[in-house]
Amino acid sequence: MAFGTNDKVLTKELAKQIDLILFAHDNDGSKLVGILLDIQEVIPNHYIPTEVAYYLADKLDVKITTIYDCITFYSSISDKPRAKYPIQVCNSIVCKINHNDNLFETLKELLNIDLNETTYDGRFTLESVACFGGCDVAPAVRVNGKVYGHLTTKEKIADMLNELI
Amino acid sequence: MSKAVCFMTKNFGKYDVKSIGSYMAIGGFNALKKAVNMTGEEIASTLATAKIKGRGGAGYDMGKKWSQAKSVIADNKVVVCNADEGEPCTFKDRTLIEHDPFNLIEGMIIAGYTVDAQNGYIYLREEYSHLRPLILDAIKQAKTYGFLGENILGKGFNYNIHLYSGAGAYVCGEGTALVESIEGKSGRPRMKPPFIKQCGLYNLPTCVNNVESLSLVSSILLDDEKKYLTYGTEGSVGTKLVSVGGNVKNPGVFEIPFGVTVRDIVYGLAGGIVDDNEIKLIQFGGASGKIATKSILDTPYTYEDLRKDGVGVGSGAILVVDERTSVIDFLRTTQEFFSHESCGQCTPCREGNRHIKLLLKKVAESTHTTADLASMRKIAKIMAMSSLCGLGETAQSALVSAMKNFEEAFQIK
Ligand SMILES: Cc1cc2nc3c(=O)[nH]c(=O)nc-3n(C[C@H](O)[C@H](O)[C@H](O)COP(=O)(O)O)c2cc1C
Ligand code: SF4
Ligand code: FES
Repeated sequence: MAFGTNDKVLTKELAKQIDLILFAHDNDGSKLVGILLDIQEVIPNHYIPTEVAYYLADKLDVKITTIYDCITFYSSISDKPRAKYPIQVCNSIVCKINHNDNLFETLKELLNIDLNETTYDGRFTLESVACFGGCDVAPAVRVNGKVYGHLTTKEKIADMLNELI
Repeated sequence: MSKAVCFMTKNFGKYDVKSIGSYMAIGGFNALKKAVNMTGEEIASTLATAKIKGRGGAGYDMGKKWSQAKSVIADNKVVVCNADEGEPCTFKDRTLIEHDPFNLIEGMIIAGYTVDAQNGYIYLREEYSHLRPLILDAIKQAKTYGFLGENILGKGFNYNIHLYSGAGAYVCGEGTALVESIEGKSGRPRMKPPFIKQCGLYNLPTCVNNVESLSLVSSILLDDEKKYLTYGTEGSVGTKLVSVGGNVKNPGVFEIPFGVTVRDIVYGLAGGIVDDNEIKLIQFGGASGKIATKSILDTPYTYEDLRKDGVGVGSGAILVVDERTSVIDFLRTTQEFFSHESCGQCTPCREGNRHIKLLLKKVAESTHTTADLASMRKIAKIMAMSSLCGLGETAQSALVSAMKNFEEAFQIK
């Protein structure tokens, strides 16, 4: 799989896409957090590659350290490649007491991966995250911005996965 | 009979949230039209009369906040809407935005008019990114209709609203961390003073309010019959959104008049406990809130009564945990949350959380000593007293209240 960060990711097309995102943010370096999130969304593996970080530092005239300060501080921004469908399982209290352990275990079994691993085909990563406000439908997961709740049985969990692909 | 009411939720389901026209057809923007014929001081004092306390958790007097913000002398000021809603078991701001986005926009415009701001910023947590298009569209429509932009309603008032996204950091709900984040930096809280009301976002005087606080404004301004004042108790006027979750049959957001009992909420509105289990504990106000035993069920839900019983309203979250979860397991999950969310900038919070985590593990394994319990108390106290921001100050609220109300869970074996 082309997962190594050494591969050239910043193609001409991606640079163009990034420029459009920067334009939409008025090329304003103070809008860095939103810019990083938007760029991460258009990159297939949902992360900020090193090349892109440097590209931004140059384009926005912000220090590279500022960019990495943000990337490392915020849990929604990643500097490591993820899958096409990062499955974010809530590990906070409401989901916990609604048996998210069963949810974690079932996902591991169905996907045949452990926490923070990616399936061999690069489609799914299993992540553990803090409460995302889906507590009324706990236990819940969030995948590319969409919340799937009431995942209490193997059938429901499998249905969720099937809906994704 | 349901004890829920519809004051600030009266628009829910009554209009098409994608259409400003349909919002206006049910009286949308009438509050703004009324507001621009009042002075900022008058608006602030209307809120003060309704005794509204901020709904983000700290419960600061809203009328006072607005009148202070108005009185700061500066050419340029900003209003911030805190939509970072990060407390576990809190999802009422999400519900407000989903069901009544234009009302929030209207509240923010009135806030800007009241305090003489030129710009308003909505800081929306990344976890609610699905609400971005709805909000952006509402802002755009409001601009088209002349409720945003230059010379609003012909009153010479210029004001715009901008939407900013968080990126998954609970601490960014803290005012100074929030403005750092909007400025394109990591969200580490600032030293205070200066307070953001004097020097906040881009070093401008900044008035921060929670989504629910701002969503209340229009209804209050249009409440000529003073209906709001008839709800609640003397110490806690009006209504509040609570988000009830955990092991209840019917989790959700309810608007309650202050003064209904916790039992009315848990057993009435939220349908009671799954499988009719017994309640082990109830936590109020999110992870930073305190916990109580089920003996609190007959306490009226008001600021003053909850305080008397050692807990608080906080964010309005009510987390009900049944007997299947142990107090220590509960605390460890909460602890995990704070260890993860601490920004690590100041020692009491960073190290305190680390130590408490280890000590709780010992308690879970029943290998703790009397000295360990004393350490826990001491560290919790130091954190509350000397942390730089509210996160470290409140991270051990649940623990401290548990050591008081659930002594048996800490027994040395
Ligand atoms: C760690 C921390 C997190 C917070 N998170 C939020 C939040 O998500 N939403 C919110 O409105 N207030 C939050 N607050 C409280 C805000 O700092 C602030 O008091 C509030 O937004 C003011 O608005 P209000 O007066 O309308 O309540 C948080 C405070 C701390 C210390
Ligand atoms: S109290 Fe915690 S979250 Fe707040 S500044 Fe200190 S380390 Fe950061
Ligand atoms: S606790 Fe899991 S979504 Fe809130």
